[in-house]
Amino acid sequence: MKLPGWKEMPEGIVILEAGNSREYETGSWRTFRPVLNKEKCINCLFCWIYCPDSSILVENEKMNGFDYSHCKGCGICSKVCPVKAIDMVEEVTV
Amino acid sequence: MKTKNLLALEGNQAIALAMRQINPDVVAAYPITPQTEIVQVFSEYVANGEVNTEFVTVESEHSALSACVGASAAGARVMTATSSQGLALMWEVLYIASGARLPIVMTVVNRALSSPINIHCDHSDAMGARDSGWIQFWSETVQEAYDNLIQAIRIAEKVHLPVMVNMDGFITSHAEEVIEPLSDEDVRSFVGEYKPTRMLLDVSNPYTIGPLALQDSYFEFKRSQAEAYKQVIPVVREVAEDFAKISGRKYELYEVYNLEDAEIGLVVLNSAAGTAKDVVDTLRTQGKKVGVIKPRLFRPLPVEELKKELSHLEVIGVMDRADTYGGFGGPLFGDIRSILYDSPNHPVILDYIYGLGGRDVTLEHIHKVFEGLESVKSSCKVENLVNYIGIRE
Amino acid sequence: MPVNIKELSRKEDRLSSGHRLCGGCGSSIIVRQVLLAIDKPVIVANATGCLEVATTIYPYTAWKTPWIHSAFENAAATISGVEAAYKSLKKQGKITEDIAFVAFGGDGGTYDIGFQSLSGAMERNHKILYICYDNEAYMNTGIQRSSATPRGAWTTTTPVGKVLHGKIEKKKDIVASIAEQGATYVAQASISNFRDLIEKVRKAVSVDGASFIDILSPCPRGWRTDTSETVNIAKLAVETCYWPLYEIENGKWKINYVPREKKPITEYIKPQGRFTHLFRTENAYILEEIQQEVDAKWELLQRKAQLFQ
Repeated sequence: MKLPGWKEMPEGIVILEAGNSREYETGSWRTFRPVLNKEKCINCLFCWIYCPDSSILVENEKMNGFDYSHCKGCGICSKVCPVKAIDMVEEVTV
Repeated sequence: MKTKNLLALEGNQAIALAMRQINPDVVAAYPITPQTEIVQVFSEYVANGEVNTEFVTVESEHSALSACVGASAAGARVMTATSSQGLALMWEVLYIASGARLPIVMTVVNRALSSPINIHCDHSDAMGARDSGWIQFWSETVQEAYDNLIQAIRIAEKVHLPVMVNMDGFITSHAEEVIEPLSDEDVRSFVGEYKPTRMLLDVSNPYTIGPLALQDSYFEFKRSQAEAYKQVIPVVREVAEDFAKISGRKYELYEVYNLEDAEIGLVVLNSAAGTAKDVVDTLRTQGKKVGVIKPRLFRPLPVEELKKELSHLEVIGVMDRADTYGGFGGPLFGDIRSILYDSPNHPVILDYIYGLGGRDVTLEHIHKVFEGLESVKSSCKVENLVNYIGIRE
Repeated sequence: MPVNIKELSRKEDRLSSGHRLCGGCGSSIIVRQVLLAIDKPVIVANATGCLEVATTIYPYTAWKTPWIHSAFENAAATISGVEAAYKSLKKQGKITEDIAFVAFGGDGGTYDIGFQSLSGAMERNHKILYICYDNEAYMNTGIQRSSATPRGAWTTTTPVGKVLHGKIEKKKDIVASIAEQGATYVAQASISNFRDLIEKVRKAVSVDGASFIDILSPCPRGWRTDTSETVNIAKLAVETCYWPLYEIENGKWKINYVPREKKPITEYIKPQGRFTHLFRTENAYILEEIQQEVDAKWELLQRKAQLFQ
């Protein structure tokens, strides 16, 4: 995001666009990425409630994948999954 | 004939009265001598249901101003009061409030800063906060303190900056004077309703206030803040015009007393200005061309205006009721000298540090000051630029 | 109403992704769970610390709620001011909405420098909820000890050297202290037991007075643990009775969860690098003392709870 000059800034010490950190892609931090085995998944949604980065996508009460633009690869989802449906796979740059 | 509504009130009582009439949404305050009566009297108004104010009896001055910051950011009209150590304890929050552009209005009952501990009047407390970004008004009398506080609300809410109204501890805060207060309706209609640009309580428009600004943006935030002070003087004047209409009392950025044709002038803040004016009266009967200037708005500093008023003088004595330890004389001295540096007339400017810790300053003391300034004028020689008066050597 | 995770999953996350907390940080899990628990609008005040700094690096903010940060030690005073403004404007008919007021502070801004303003706010019984995300040290400034740091822990100001082996003092018991200040509802919770956490938050925002919840926030960086183990470590804290789940409502003590099998404290300590030195033979006595301490506190807690049954 291009930073404004002082004349263009709103008055005070504010950020007016609530939740705009979504534009900052922390996914680049990862060294391991979570991969879902959909057959094993029982949609308990533990991965969703334990993700520190709101990066478990849930659609209609069902686990629907990962937000790879933001997932930091911490591996919590993999560890909390009761049926071991998530594997942490090393990120490899080609 | 219109009968004047006159009341005999102590400074603190008058401030509490003004606060009742303003009827702020929130007051968060902590007692400290000599401010205590303000919160005590105000508590009675709260207990009697005379105000809508949510009165938060916080557990320290740091929490007082922090609660004020929260309440003001939330969208409320907020007031508080303190002195000395209390103001010092709030120090970090003063900067936060001004940076956040919150129109908090605070009365400071000027008292000496420790150490040693002293509960009496000097200006070290508010002077220590002169860089904090708060607008500062200084009041010689109870009437002025009352009037300044009411105007402060309008000014703060127009320029979106916090305002500090100063008055001398004990000398003004505890001295009874006859004042002419405004009616409740006049105050209410003068201050009007507070309409913030944005407020936390407007939950459908959420925003973040107080982020981390790194090296790439902090500077721009502060430059933006610095710009805001340029709008203050026109607003102070505009509010004074409106205030004159309902009160009959017209306020300027400072008061000049016999200064226009003076050759020697004295710069004095708050109550000692009254004593100085008495001395000027006496000296004028002796044909001496002397005068006094009493700044009312001290921050932002009215640079051009003060320069214009003082340039014609040959010798100027600045009376400082505070010292800068390790600096060059008192705080007011530094500012006046700096303002007049470019003046073609180059008046000689001397500092007289007086009254620290409530040490009384008398007519004799000020006569001596004028004598000293007179001898500087005639001899063109300065013995000491920085002097201490009324002290046992 | 029981906590239904599926229903919760339909709610909007009021903490956005893209914040710069460490991967595996406990604090954002805490914030997510706390905000998901509350059904009405929330205004948040945040003390200086990891959470505040990492979620609001200008020009980005992760907060979708109205949010204010003023200083380090005054989150409780700041939120008290917001709540006072609300009360005042509501009384004047200028606001009608029902809003919750939540303050987040780390253990630094809560147990130590923030203790005074927290005590004041609780004693005045403002209708606020104060959440301490307790990572047991001043993490944001580089893992220095706080009064929340447990006995024996390595920190950068209680390092392990030739003479001293980690923090000497015990962890301060803040939950009991805050109950004594006059708060209406105080509790201890853990992200691992999210249903209990969510029920507690819901209860806290519904009581007519001040609430305080201390939530353990495992910190991979400061505790020297694996980023993936955060929730498991929080669970071990509960299962070893190091971090019992209990609440004090209007002075009545209640234990919310009794582990079926109380695990030895070494199971909680083993995965944490900040405690590795405790497994040296010369430090065995510290481990024993820690276990005794945990046992004594658990015993005392059970007795207190029994008084109110």
